[in-house]
Amino acid sequence: MSLLQWARIKSPWICHFNTGGCNACDIELVAALTPRFDVERFGILLKGSPRHADILVVTGPVTLQTEARLRRVYDQMAEPRFVMVVGVCGCSGSVYHGCYSVKGGIDRVIPVDVYVGGCPPRPSEIIDGVVQILNKIARGDQAADSTAA
Amino acid sequence: MKESIVIPIGPQHPCFKEPMRLDISVDGERVVDADIIISFNHRGVEKATEARTYIQNLYLMERVCGICSHSHATCYCQGVEEILGLEIPERARYIRSFIGELERIQSHLFWIGIAGHEIGWDTLLMYTWKDRERVNDMLEQISGNRIHYAMNTIGGVRRDIREEDRESLKRGLEFLEERAAYYVHVITEEETFLKRTRGIANLPTELAKQLCAVGPTLRGSNVKMDVRADDPYAAYEDLDFSVVTTDTCDVWGRGFVKASEILQSIRMCNQVLEELPGGDIRVKAPAKVPAGEAVSRYEAPRGELIHYIKSNGSNMPERIKIRAPTLANWLVMSEMLKGVYLADVAIVTDAIDPCLCCSARVTITDRSRGERRVTTLDALRRRRDGRTGVA
Repeated sequence: MSLLQWARIKSPWICHFNTGGCNACDIELVAALTPRFDVERFGILLKGSPRHADILVVTGPVTLQTEARLRRVYDQMAEPRFVMVVGVCGCSGSVYHGCYSVKGGIDRVIPVDVYVGGCPPRPSEIIDGVVQILNKIARGDQAADSTAA
Repeated sequence: MKESIVIPIGPQHPCFKEPMRLDISVDGERVVDADIIISFNHRGVEKATEARTYIQNLYLMERVCGICSHSHATCYCQGVEEILGLEIPERARYIRSFIGELERIQSHLFWIGIAGHEIGWDTLLMYTWKDRERVNDMLEQISGNRIHYAMNTIGGVRRDIREEDRESLKRGLEFLEERAAYYVHVITEEETFLKRTRGIANLPTELAKQLCAVGPTLRGSNVKMDVRADDPYAAYEDLDFSVVTTDTCDVWGRGFVKASEILQSIRMCNQVLEELPGGDIRVKAPAKVPAGEAVSRYEAPRGELIHYIKSNGSNMPERIKIRAPTLANWLVMSEMLKGVYLADVAIVTDAIDPCLCCSARVTITDRSRGERRVTTLDALRRRRDGRTGVA
């Protein structure tokens, strides 16, 4: 394992963007960051700026209004960048599928590495999603965006 | 007059959990004007309800908002039951109130934590969110879910409060009462909190009434208004509680009201556990709803929630209109932001406990003219009719 890889596994910082969800996944994400579940033990910190983040956590279906913003937030991230979708709305659009101002799942706009299903997923499931990304980094796998390009 | 600088905040910003944009005009450190843009979250839920049956809509209604999902579902059920002329069992009314109050507790604890975060006091966030887990446990114990409880159905509730759960629920309430009393103490005594919230973003009683504020924002400005007391639904007629108000009219007042309301909610939950009547938890409701309309009111954690339901005799509603509490509070928020320091924008915004997912509306932007306006449903309907040639 290279030094860079080791450093990435020890401090995967995340940036959170709600693209139009109902808030449930967002509160479960915050619950995952707070004492009972405490993802900070994996070195995970919530960062305000996408430029500081390694993992973009996206919740909710993409609405027409947030589509361009999501793209811009993603483009601002430094490589290697990973995307984790939390909640079934971000996976497929779910209950909002077919609404006139909803585009659908996150992967219609940006490449996604890990999907966490559930409405909303429990914090433990969110942690499982993060650990999958960490395993991905440890194995030296490419992020979804480099394979897509 | 000096030209002011516009600072855009959002839609992705660490101080918002949801996408919204504030265009803050500042003169030095002072905010002179604020433009709020809230349409990022617009999904078209009201339109989507028209293509689903009444039972399917329950699932959608819960997902209008993740924090107050029980509020939306109850408000919707009450409206449909009113059109049906359905009397729900006594026990169901009590259980609806019980879940509603637990939801209020978790929502207010949530707010206290986020408010702490906004003033740079993350310790408070960690404390309240740790205690909040206990409420989630209790909700999970009853409903099987931490967030979307799916407790409501048209004609009653779907799950019972079991006899064997009563003891652990009581212990949970005891724990929460102790913690809530501690948070009231923190909010009234702790310098860190007082320094950042006392006398900030004043909303005088008269202005609050004029701009139609709702919920803890209104009660923090010394107006005694609460749907649970004024127009009781569910079991609130039989429950004993007091409406908390303060006359400080600032951010602190809104926080104090929320913290004190947790204690009132616990009081009501204890009463429900004591006095829970026996019997069925639901009555059978027909799939088709006769033509009619109803307006349903509900005191959500953030204030008065209104659902308007119009039926046409089929198994799908003709129109559902949701007036979420946050929507009523945007007006006062833009007033409150005027004159505060830029550093206080985060806590002032948070003081109304904004919930974007409930209140997103359509905004039309005219790029060539640089204009932006919020559209009304009538205007959209006129455009549609104009296009399809319907008179």
